[in-house]
Amino acid sequence: MAGATDDVVIKVRGLVNAFGSQILHDHLDLDVYRGEVLGVVGGSGAGKSVLLRSIIGLNPIKEGTIEVFGRDTSNLSEAQWREIEMRWGVLFQEGALFSSQTIAENIQVPLREYTEMSQELMNEIASMKLSLVGLSEDAAPKHPSELSGGMKKRAGLARALALDPEIVFLDEPTAGLDPISANMFDGLVKDLQKSLNLTVFMVTHDLDTLRATTDRIAVLVDKKIVVGTIDELRKNPHPWIQEYFSGPRGRAAA
Amino acid sequence: MSTAQDSFAPDARARFRMERKPRLVRLVAEGEWTTRDAGRLDTQLRGIDLGDAVDAEIDGSGLGRLDSAGAWLLVRTKREWEKHGTRVAPIMLPQLYSTLLHAVEHEHTAPPVVIHDRHTLEAFVTRVGQATIHGFKQGLGILGYLGRVTVETTEAIYHPRGNLRVAALIHQVEETGINALPIVGLLAFLIGVVLAYQGADQLKRFGAEVFTINLLGVGLLREIGGLITAIIVAGRSGSAFTAQIGTMRVNEEIDALQTIGINTVDALVLPRIIGLVIALPLLTFYADIMGMIGGAVMCYFDLGITIPVFMRQLQEAISVNTFMVGLIKAPVFAFIIGLVGCFEGLQVERNAASVGKLTTRSVVESIFLVIVLDAGFSIMFSILGI
Repeated sequence: MAGATDDVVIKVRGLVNAFGSQILHDHLDLDVYRGEVLGVVGGSGAGKSVLLRSIIGLNPIKEGTIEVFGRDTSNLSEAQWREIEMRWGVLFQEGALFSSQTIAENIQVPLREYTEMSQELMNEIASMKLSLVGLSEDAAPKHPSELSGGMKKRAGLARALALDPEIVFLDEPTAGLDPISANMFDGLVKDLQKSLNLTVFMVTHDLDTLRATTDRIAVLVDKKIVVGTIDELRKNPHPWIQEYFSGPRGRAAA
Repeated sequence: MSTAQDSFAPDARARFRMERKPRLVRLVAEGEWTTRDAGRLDTQLRGIDLGDAVDAEIDGSGLGRLDSAGAWLLVRTKREWEKHGTRVAPIMLPQLYSTLLHAVEHEHTAPPVVIHDRHTLEAFVTRVGQATIHGFKQGLGILGYLGRVTVETTEAIYHPRGNLRVAALIHQVEETGINALPIVGLLAFLIGVVLAYQGADQLKRFGAEVFTINLLGVGLLREIGGLITAIIVAGRSGSAFTAQIGTMRVNEEIDALQTIGINTVDALVLPRIIGLVIALPLLTFYADIMGMIGGAVMCYFDLGITIPVFMRQLQEAISVNTFMVGLIKAPVFAFIIGLVGCFEGLQVERNAASVGKLTTRSVVESIFLVIVLDAGFSIMFSILGI
């Protein structure tokens, strides 16, 4: 996004997260720019998901500030939170679809909550979103339990996109998908990011996904974060980063 | 790029105007066409009358902002006009939104789905029919399982191959019996108190308050003691059986057991059922005693009947048979509660929601069956004259 790179939509400063005596994040700083795809990687238990949950307000933070759209999220009124929540969408690991509702109803939940639309328009929008994420409309009247893992993720993404958000958070979007589905999902994220002009914050372990979709990568090491493009990170001397990007899997993805 | 500020700018409101020339209609969209205003725009767009226009144009080049809902509205309007037989020129949009329009226009070609309304009469009748068939299948399933468990239990007892897991069985007796003592004791005590109080209240009018003890003895020992204990245990242990076995099913632990070659009935079901069959009569006995104590306490305070008098009257009122009739039902109740609990646990599908659903069903079914059996016992005993 030329000319927009200095537009910071998420700004994390001095974030500290700890569980008991175990410190997960130690004064961590991170900027996410408008229109970029940021991949977040790190070892198991390094606190990737906790970072995501901290930003979206599901995890109370110990210290530090988090600004989303230029607003400090620590002291927002209920109405301001709703304003912000309307402008982002979250895809949880297993899709987190509401199991008692059909896929179409799932997608319509945010629409019903935040806008006033006729049922007819909501049905149209639900099926439009489904085709945007590459699901056929046969999926609309089904319940989540009738879908495969990959379809659930797509449906979850359709729900995350229901309100045309500016930021989309993806938690391990390709985990548990076969390589072909994972490739398709990567392409989908990239396409949607372009056509809907999204900012994507993606926690992932998948090196292929990182290479295929991300503009920058944030690596969680030593309770801090190191940000750069893949090529920049390859030159970083930190042993974990070296191991990650230049290990056998890292080379295979290159 | 739009930011938070300019969404409040004066020209931000989504709107459109129609320009009509002879045989040509032009729709000029302005402002920010986003999800927020889509509902309002939708109604207005549907209300457009094309008149006798042959050609139409949709001009969105002045749009401040467009998202996929807005783009969909433009695309849908174009399609509906085309269906009317009007020629519609390609939608004009700022270059920035061409990818978005492309995505919405090309990926979404089929007509929108119709989502079935589940509140019609037809749907209701269908559901009733499905539920009936499901009920019969369920009954048949439990009956089949009853057969299997009976065969396996008999085998385990008559031809012990060491397949009865004694440690697990004792653990179940502790879990379902000993750990249930506080709640069963307290509730039985309170029921004794309530029964004595209400009985005394009524019988006082005839000067027959001493027969409160007969009421207590027969009522508690013969019916209520056993029934209330069975219902508590169904809610406490029957549900636990379903939840435990169900969770194992979700985690594929049951499948793992089978592939290792361990019989699930031996490993999971028999210890639970036999454990409960041992524990429930003991619990019932305990509940009987606690209930009688509750009744005796109430009789003392309400009617001034001392404990020795209470004991003497009780001896006259009931025979050992009354007590045994209450107690003999307990193992049968236990068997049914355990059977239903384990059966429903094994019915769980591989998702977490189904654990909750079947746990509820297991409790409802076992309480239902316990009360039906109790009624059956009453009829049987009255025919036998006990």
